[in-house]
Amino acid sequence: MALLEIRDVVKTFGDFTAVNHVSLSVEAGEFFTLLGPSGCGKTTLLRMLAGFEQPNSGQILLDGKDMSQVPPEKRPVHTVFQSYALFPHMTVAQNIAFPLQMAGVAKADIPARVAEVLEDVRLQQFAKRFPHELSGGQRQRVAIARALVNRPRLLLLDEPLSALDAKLREEMQLELINLQKEVGITFVYVTHDQGEALALSHRIAVMNKGEVAQLDAPETIYSYPKNRFVADFIGQCNLLDAKVVEVGGERMKVEIPGVGVCETLPVDGAQVGQSGTLTLRPEKIRLAASVAHDADEVHFTGKVHDCLYLGDVTIYIVELDNGTLVETMLPNSAPGRARFFDDNDAVELAWRYDAGHFLLG
Amino acid sequence: MKVSRWVWGAASLVYAFLYLPLAIVVVFSFNDSALNAEWVGFTLDWYKQLFHDDVMIEAASHTLAIGFVTCVVSTVLGTLAGYAMYKYRLRLLPVLVLTPIAIPEILTGVSLLIFFVMLNMTLGLVSITLSHIAFCIGFVAIVVRSRLQGMDESLVEAARDLGASPITAFRRITLPLIMPGIIAGALMAFTLSIDDFVISFFTAGVGSNTLPLEIYSRVKVPVKLNPEVNAISSLLMLLTLSLILIVSKVAPSALRAGGD
Ligand SMILES: Nc1ncnc2c1ncn2[C@@H]1O[C@H](COP(=O)(O)OP(=O)(O)OP(=O)(O)O)[C@@H](O)[C@H]1O
Ligand SMILES: [Mg+2]
Repeated sequence: MALLEIRDVVKTFGDFTAVNHVSLSVEAGEFFTLLGPSGCGKTTLLRMLAGFEQPNSGQILLDGKDMSQVPPEKRPVHTVFQSYALFPHMTVAQNIAFPLQMAGVAKADIPARVAEVLEDVRLQQFAKRFPHELSGGQRQRVAIARALVNRPRLLLLDEPLSALDAKLREEMQLELINLQKEVGITFVYVTHDQGEALALSHRIAVMNKGEVAQLDAPETIYSYPKNRFVADFIGQCNLLDAKVVEVGGERMKVEIPGVGVCETLPVDGAQVGQSGTLTLRPEKIRLAASVAHDADEVHFTGKVHDCLYLGDVTIYIVELDNGTLVETMLPNSAPGRARFFDDNDAVELAWRYDAGHFLLG
Repeated sequence: MKVSRWVWGAASLVYAFLYLPLAIVVVFSFNDSALNAEWVGFTLDWYKQLFHDDVMIEAASHTLAIGFVTCVVSTVLGTLAGYAMYKYRLRLLPVLVLTPIAIPEILTGVSLLIFFVMLNMTLGLVSITLSHIAFCIGFVAIVVRSRLQGMDESLVEAARDLGASPITAFRRITLPLIMPGIIAGALMAFTLSIDDFVISFFTAGVGSNTLPLEIYSRVKVPVKLNPEVNAISSLLMLLTLSLILIVSKVAPSALRAGGD
């Protein structure tokens, strides 16, 4: 049985639907992420899990128990708030002791428990400080320690890293992964940063306008986005309009109007004549002055339209012969090389039949 | 930036205007002369006389008793009102609680007098105290509400999330955080009460003179006017100042009532 089960949950504010028929389940021990653009309903869904909002319809089950009549303080669920919400009039140690006191832990046992969790987040020497005497990263760790100290079944984290600078964020991401492994508590993590979601999660639910657009493992979400929204939202992606021209067999053929026919992975239920979108990640496309031919690949010629130097890689926007723009990239890994082509250089493109995939409709 | 000499000059004038009269009162309370005219010599006679002046002492004890009860009751009720205004965003409540602040005191005084008379209540300490409470609640409520508004709402949610019932969350989180506001409100209620004249004037009865009423009655009648009034005024000032000092030590942010 799943630890958390969300069944067809709807939440409206007035006539605005913030969460629209969401169903999903989270297994014990999982690092589960809700990813989506601002305003898509991530926080609202999280607040319903914590008990601060009631769904208009649908059910939330924790360990198989319906949570609708259970107030926040009675749920074995703790939240790390985006603002951290540390109690400003209490020291770090007092903040962390708070949930233990609420749970009725014997007074004598509290200091040891606090010390233990402070060690987990490497803040032993900060126990006597007040929140305003800590840096952003330290506050964040106190918030996590406080939420973890009495071992909730489920830890909810609402964009806990968004207030930190890029460097510290990366550090904290690694710490979060390790911490989650160590304590083995189920995490439901909210973010609008796709890189963070891909890096941290076991599974990701991509949300759009209150609905789940796709729920899969990070690799699947990235390589096989189920719809245009996900393809577009996660990373860079070429979205080429195309039409099915041949089905059956190991590969399917689609035609990109004005460009040509190319092979791709078969799609269930595809029929000749249906239109759709071919999704292609820039890094899956081969780019060279002349590309050796290969039976598994399709070839096109074009010229460089734009270059974007990003340091580790350079993005080349290639204009195909009919004017279609395709984004590609090359790593600048060879010593002394910063760019391979200039604007208007003639180039060749190639991609394997399984480099991208086709979306119907 | 250099502040121009004019600004300094103007500021000094304003402060002189504010504090010079107070200083004069204090100085003359130690003056060995019955006239507030020129400095003759140092004496503590007026203070001695004050402590043998039963009428003045009775008035002072009335004032302190009224001030204390007003302070306690209006702080409790005002805090509850401020919390309710913050929490429930009712439209009518703020109007009801805050109107007494805006209404001219003379109106409040007259209307309370009529009200007490209609109720057939004997005017005295009770009626004065009730009146003071009525107009102090609003001040406490405003300060407490603004303190609440400055508080991060997610703190209470965090407390609930971590296992606190609504009441525990209020006691452990909300209350300590708004305490500076409550103390500021209490201080305000106490000082408003001990120096109130207009409302006390209307709602006082025979034998329930408060200090401001007694002082006024003496200032009005030249025969009774002597530096004893200076002495009691100085003591009143001392009381208020030490209250402010205590509060600034105990809860430094209380004096910035708006919450920080
Ligand atoms: N209490 C509320 N009353 C009215 N509308 C609300 C309320 N809370 C949220 N909403 C609306 O619901 C939508 C979803 O809000 P939510 O906070 O869940 O978004 P989010 O996905 O967390 O976005 P972000 O990434 O910006 O935090 C928003 O359009 C928001 O305006
Ligand atoms: Mg949010």
